[in-house]
Amino acid sequence: MDAMAAIKETFFQECEEQLAELESGLLTIESGDNDPERVNAVFRAVHSVKGGAGAFQLNELAHFAHVFENALDQIRAGRLAPEPRILKIMLRAADVLADLVRGARDSSTVDESRTEALIEELGKLADNSTPGPAPAPVESETEEFVFQPVQVSVEALFGEFASETSADRVFTVRFRPKPSLYAKANETALILRELARLGTTMTVCDQSDLPLLAELDPEGAYLTWVVELTTTSQESAIREIFEFVEWDCDLEIAERVSEDPTEPVNEILSPPLPTVELREIPAGKLPAANSTPIRALIPNAETPVALPPRSTIRVDLERVDRLINLVGELVINQAMLAQRASEAGVARSSSVAIGLDELEQLSREIQESVMAIRAQPVKPVFQRMSRIVREVADATGKSVHLVTEGDATEVDKTVIECLVDPLTHMIRNAVDHGLEKAEKRLAAGKPEEGMVRLSASHRSGRVVIEVSDDGAGINRARVRDIAIAKGLIAADAQLPDDEIDNLIFLPGFSTVETVSNISGRGVGMDVVKRSIQALGGRVFITSRPGQGSTFTMSLPLTLAVLDGMVVSVGDQTLVVPLTAIVETFRPVAGDIHSMGGDTRVVAIRNLFLPLVDVGMELGFRNDPVDPLTGVCILVESEGARRSALLVDTIQGQRQVVIKSLEANYRQIHGIAAATILGDGRVALILDVDNFVTRSRSDATNQKPMLAAAE
Amino acid sequence: MSKVILTVDDSRTMRDMLKLALSEAGFSVVQAEDGIHGLEVLQTMAPDVIVTDINMPRLDGFGFIEGVRKSALHRAVPVLVLTTESDADKKQRARRAGATGWIVKPFDPVKLVEAIRRVAA
Repeated sequence: MDAMAAIKETFFQECEEQLAELESGLLTIESGDNDPERVNAVFRAVHSVKGGAGAFQLNELAHFAHVFENALDQIRAGRLAPEPRILKIMLRAADVLADLVRGARDSSTVDESRTEALIEELGKLADNSTPGPAPAPVESETEEFVFQPVQVSVEALFGEFASETSADRVFTVRFRPKPSLYAKANETALILRELARLGTTMTVCDQSDLPLLAELDPEGAYLTWVVELTTTSQESAIREIFEFVEWDCDLEIAERVSEDPTEPVNEILSPPLPTVELREIPAGKLPAANSTPIRALIPNAETPVALPPRSTIRVDLERVDRLINLVGELVINQAMLAQRASEAGVARSSSVAIGLDELEQLSREIQESVMAIRAQPVKPVFQRMSRIVREVADATGKSVHLVTEGDATEVDKTVIECLVDPLTHMIRNAVDHGLEKAEKRLAAGKPEEGMVRLSASHRSGRVVIEVSDDGAGINRARVRDIAIAKGLIAADAQLPDDEIDNLIFLPGFSTVETVSNISGRGVGMDVVKRSIQALGGRVFITSRPGQGSTFTMSLPLTLAVLDGMVVSVGDQTLVVPLTAIVETFRPVAGDIHSMGGDTRVVAIRNLFLPLVDVGMELGFRNDPVDPLTGVCILVESEGARRSALLVDTIQGQRQVVIKSLEANYRQIHGIAAATILGDGRVALILDVDNFVTRSRSDATNQKPMLAAAE
Repeated sequence: MSKVILTVDDSRTMRDMLKLALSEAGFSVVQAEDGIHGLEVLQTMAPDVIVTDINMPRLDGFGFIEGVRKSALHRAVPVLVLTTESDADKKQRARRAGATGWIVKPFDPVKLVEAIRRVAA
């Protein structure tokens, strides 16, 4: 049973792939690609889902896939044109199919009315497209097979009778194979063997048609077999044995109603023939008369084994993670080794040092390659977005075209997973708020169909994802008014355009008074920004009135390593994520102002920023340090708020391997994770957002955060 | 010596199920992912029975069977076709291509093994 559960798991995985294939196939057809192989691929995808669903008794899913498949078959057969209206239905059907698959997987319920409605629509498509009688099955060159097999259910006909007769019945089976029977690798000996399993048989071979040896076709069929079978089975059981060969032989089955079952079969035949003893006959190895080499059949096969090998394997994610962890350890260990060597006074030119350098290079390379294993193309996420666009477009009555670029861009799997929610929100936002209604678009001289563009690309070691629309752009006057009304900015604040645009990321900002059930859902753009930042990313918006807006997200390629600035505070070493840092500077005496107590601010370019003494805040020391002896790190946190972190010295910038603090110790507010430095010491990585927020709320009571942890 | 069965199916689920059912019945199983792959595999081994799907990318079941029947080495190997429903039309085409018999999907492991026994020497 366990094996079946594993297969079921595989089935659902495969379904996800098929669904992606289905959707991208339909979209390609929609874009005007008439390649019949596209339709075939789409058909195959649904067909596979159906096959598996049937095997696992997922009846609802199997039924829907069946109806869907029928409709697709109409397109495949050319009886239904893949026009936009039809494809819209198909795409919706693909969505429902996806829901059903997920419903079956999670045993959750699926909106039945929607399923029913689509079954009806698809059913109509399948019916309407076949005017007149259903097309006859293809019967081109095969006149010999014109008769349809008739399923004779003897049990049904003789229900009571059959059940009560366990008495022996005698059948005479007359069977004359045709050469085609052997050509299909069927075997008379096996058929006779099967008959013998049903009861006792007496088999007679009629060789009267056997020609002289000179005229004998070695692949011909000249023998007729007459089997007298005494059995308790029904005639249907005998017919079943001949199921595979009924077109390739002459077959007569007659039940003898004779009272004397011992009546010899020979009487039927004249003249009497010798009986043949059946022995095990080896599988017929036919002579190599027709020796077309097998590779001649492979299309485009210049060289026999020229096909590229399957280039993917499936690996349990856990194994990859373990590998990544180990490689992380390796890198740390290597760094420690290097440091020890230099401490021990090993000369840089010594062979040990050179060996260590090589080791360092190797471990970096291994690390990069291992990271690449986790990298996946963003395509599946992008494909999910096309569904979101359709749904929101339907709900808002807008007509929207989604263009995706850079689907193949690879990003760490975890990053991709975390990307879905913010991206969904941005896409909804773009369609719902970004694009204008059709009338407005036409009035503005734009095409009625709005466009949303989703693109991914690699830029300087990060992945950049953009969501842009060709809508009206941000209504800056309105954004400003709202921000003022909600007290987010001062009424007389003079803000440049791009800062106004980015006001929408502030918490508590929502431009639509009545929260629509599409973009609303109680989530604002601030949540999007926060979740992107949690990934070590940044997001901002650019907008041009009348021409649309673009959300740009920049994300790290992986969550396993981080670019950080290594700083010293007291006797501790900390890492500040580079993404949060705006600039660093040395404060001068006149810039530091006390606000009473230990609260201080630092002036930089006409702005007063809170000065956070990191050492105090984390409880590394009890007395504030003289700011003039330290370095300020200007960080930007949630809501574009800036603060200056006061540290003792900056050691440098480094890529560090992230080690979870939660998994190894426990969660500490203001600390994101830890890393192990070259000297083997643990360094904490600051969670800048949390740290700054916390230090602000603590400004009055000044309780060191780490006090509890120590 | 156990009989060797070659299964040709593009669906991983179906391949797994075939493998499970066949190996439980004591057969050795070799698997291919589509018609072309199947023909390639046949260059390296000689199965006792072949079980193939119809709908496959690159080369479908019909083409695959024709390929098997045209091969000097393998043309006498029984080929069973997996069809989704008792679709007479598909069966006819499979027969014309040279299929030995068929199994209706979703298959019952007992029936599958039964069908193989029926065609295997």
